[in-house]
Amino acid sequence: MPLGRVADVPDPDVLIRAKGLTKRFGDFTAVSGIEFKLRRGEAFGFLGPNGAGKSSTMRMIACVSPPSGGELTIFGLDPVADGAAIRSRLGVVPQEDTLDVELTVRENLLVYGRYFGLRRPVIAERTTRLLDFVQLTERADDQVEPLSGGMKRRLTIARSLINEPQILLLDEPTTGLDPQARHVVWDRLFRLKQQGVTLILTTHYMDEAEQLCDRLVVMDGGKIAAEGSPRELIEAYSTREVLELRFAVAEHDQAAQKLAHAPADRMEVLADRILLYVPDGDAALDAVRGLGLEPLTSLVRRSTLEDVFLRLTGRRLEDG
Amino acid sequence: MTTPAQAAPPGQLVPAGPRPADGMGMAIRAFLFWLVNYRRTWRGTIYSSVLGPVLYLGAMGVGLGSLVDSHGTASLGGVSYLSFLAPGLMAANGMQTAMDESLYPVFAAVKWQKTYQAAASTPLRPGDLFRGHILFTTMRLVMNVVIFLIVMVAFGAARSAWVLAAVPVAVLTGLAFAAPLDAFAVTQEKNDQAFNMIFRFGLIPLFLFSGTFFPVTQLPAWIRPLAYVTPLWHGVALCRSLSLGTADWLGALGHVGYLAAIALIGLAAGQRTYRRRLYV
Repeated sequence: MPLGRVADVPDPDVLIRAKGLTKRFGDFTAVSGIEFKLRRGEAFGFLGPNGAGKSSTMRMIACVSPPSGGELTIFGLDPVADGAAIRSRLGVVPQEDTLDVELTVRENLLVYGRYFGLRRPVIAERTTRLLDFVQLTERADDQVEPLSGGMKRRLTIARSLINEPQILLLDEPTTGLDPQARHVVWDRLFRLKQQGVTLILTTHYMDEAEQLCDRLVVMDGGKIAAEGSPRELIEAYSTREVLELRFAVAEHDQAAQKLAHAPADRMEVLADRILLYVPDGDAALDAVRGLGLEPLTSLVRRSTLEDVFLRLTGRRLEDG
Repeated sequence: MTTPAQAAPPGQLVPAGPRPADGMGMAIRAFLFWLVNYRRTWRGTIYSSVLGPVLYLGAMGVGLGSLVDSHGTASLGGVSYLSFLAPGLMAANGMQTAMDESLYPVFAAVKWQKTYQAAASTPLRPGDLFRGHILFTTMRLVMNVVIFLIVMVAFGAARSAWVLAAVPVAVLTGLAFAAPLDAFAVTQEKNDQAFNMIFRFGLIPLFLFSGTFFPVTQLPAWIRPLAYVTPLWHGVALCRSLSLGTADWLGALGHVGYLAAIALIGLAAGQRTYRRRLYV
């Protein structure tokens, strides 16, 4: 018996390959025929609002959700037939904490390591190293229950690394954390990325996607709307700068009408602000004043993935 | 993070990683989860495992038994009420243990703490998680039934050395409840309301009317068949005949076969329900 099977992928650096991948729940199509590849060593993101199909995609990759259609191979293996073999090489950080809160930090890693069939001395050695990495060494023998949200998240990350996975899956890794805890998690994930760990993450935070992802797909309504590096996406779908204008409530609509004549590539009228997509924000602001408009506040900023998303879908990320 | 696969020659074989253990090996990994949890609570469970039988055998067996015995025990087969009651309670102890271990702990693992979902992200398959929990329940059954036997012997309530054979029978009785209840508990999505119904309209009537406290022949004739289909009645009848030294092979085989069949149906059902719940 050979140890594995001949991969159907000619490129050995392609770890995940999806084509026409679909997931249906009854009449509802959560993921509708998406295609992507994940290469070894990259940090790949699914960016989209809640309900875009990101988590469903992640669950299919994690081999806990059989695809309804299309092709999916992970390490060249079939997630349905070879689920256990694939999962033994994955690390999973789920959206919702699934720690055993009645056990200690160390016991959580022990139980999880045993699931992978690791021996106790191996688990003990890795536990020491991983708790140091996620800065939880001092809490090793404390119960999990009273830990803060950020600490629990970091413990979940440590737990996902106990089997030294070849791909780490992170589903909304910082959702629900306060800004400070979020930055600590980002810092740890960035270090993993630097160590060459292959990451896949889903997020509805554009700053998270920009900081962590080498390459990402924008998902909306179960489909992939665009793919590229954050920089490529911004270049392709937005302008260099954005001028954000805020007017008095009574003048908002009128200003929007007048601004239709302003020299801008594109204009987005949001409930509280008007965005002008322009190559030069300061010049655009002068032009706006030239139209006889005086905004209450104005802000010139660089384009972000949020603008890409707005352009692609007509909605903001947090609107869902 | 170096792994063998990263050193694999380009375009050749994709190694399958460490070969997954066989079914039992995987179930033992899942069993260890319950064991690590149990390490925190085992002392308390031992106290109640001893205290329960002492209270029941003392109050019902000795206390109530003295009244029963003074009126003649022909309908009990001529033995003391204590000797009649104790092996029945032993089987009921198996059922009670199964209920305690199967309903809330499984629901907590799949709903409240989601430890099952966490484990499903590892090489363990839903069936491994199910069998791992059944293994743990079996361990708890053996513990409780053996403790019951010791208390029962201390009360002088065993009349035959065959009572030792009642231990695996009471454990099997427990498994005939544990396997289907596990399979059911994992399907519960919203809340634990169904469990209260099972305790109120399942456990308690079974406990009272399956021949534990009085012979089923005392029941109205039309309701007796209902008692005969319940697993508990088979456990009680066989444990009792073993403890009294009146068991016959054919009857024993029938009871064991019935209990084993229910347990096997439960095992097959759990394999399916765990999968359906965890692989959505």
